[in-house]
Amino acid sequence: MWTWFYRLASPPYVYRVAAVWMPWLLGGAAFAIGYGVIDGLGFAPPDYQQGDAFRIIYVHAPCAWLSLFAYTTMAVAGAIGLIWRIKMGHAVAAASAPIGASFTLGALVTGSLWGRPMWGTYWAWDPRLTSELILLFLYVGVMALRSAFDDANRGDRAAALLAIVGVVNVPIIHFSVVWWNSLHQGATVAKFGKSEMPGSMLWPLLAMLLGFMLFYGAVLCIRLRGEVLNRERQSAWVREAIGS
Amino acid sequence: MNSGGFWAMGGYARFVWPCFVFVGGVLAWNLWAAWRSVALARLRANRALAMATLDRS
Repeated sequence: MWTWFYRLASPPYVYRVAAVWMPWLLGGAAFAIGYGVIDGLGFAPPDYQQGDAFRIIYVHAPCAWLSLFAYTTMAVAGAIGLIWRIKMGHAVAAASAPIGASFTLGALVTGSLWGRPMWGTYWAWDPRLTSELILLFLYVGVMALRSAFDDANRGDRAAALLAIVGVVNVPIIHFSVVWWNSLHQGATVAKFGKSEMPGSMLWPLLAMLLGFMLFYGAVLCIRLRGEVLNRERQSAWVREAIGS
Repeated sequence: MNSGGFWAMGGYARFVWPCFVFVGGVLAWNLWAAWRSVALARLRANRALAMATLDRS
């Protein structure tokens, strides 16, 4: 296991493995998202309270879930880069940031569009919404900080530090609906052992969650190849890979 | 559900469809931006390779 972990620190290995994994992840994502959209929009029954507006959950929940997952990945990868000085850690963190930021924006926009008919407003300074907005600012801050330095190594370290400090926001977002009075509903999928959602509504949601995770993996692989090329362009193996 | 009822989304069409379109755009942008970042990185690496070849000659 450790051999595999240490291999992940090797840029040529990461560059090659990312190219092998990417089509499988993208294919799996297309299949899962395709099923989720068709089943969620066409076959899942309307909610007894929210009607068809509940279908927004099929894009909102995967975006929100991914916004937290991508941030945690970015912080962990940044910490690996910072503590063990593994360059690929910083590369993963840099590749993860724009993906996570875009899905955070997706979660905020779709949540806002769901809030209008359900709460009567597009936006409320609710703990869940506010902490998710802070997450978007953290993503933007991490990306801006990384590019603010002429020295790429210093930029990587500064961005990793901010990402690690900001990770405290992740449990705040997750538990905000428990800790404070919130307009936002509690977790739906986490409670599915108690059958909060019938299977006809739940399966498309699980498919969308899986599809978005696979999509994140695929896009991370593509971006990671770009990051590796950027960081290693003076290396002999890149000359061989590009020249061939 | 008939076709008209499907597109009407029980009266919530103006909220449901923009969500799906926006997230579709997010997915498309992610793919496009990722491919573009690789293309740019490849271009920079090619330039570095050309410079190194020039220096050697």
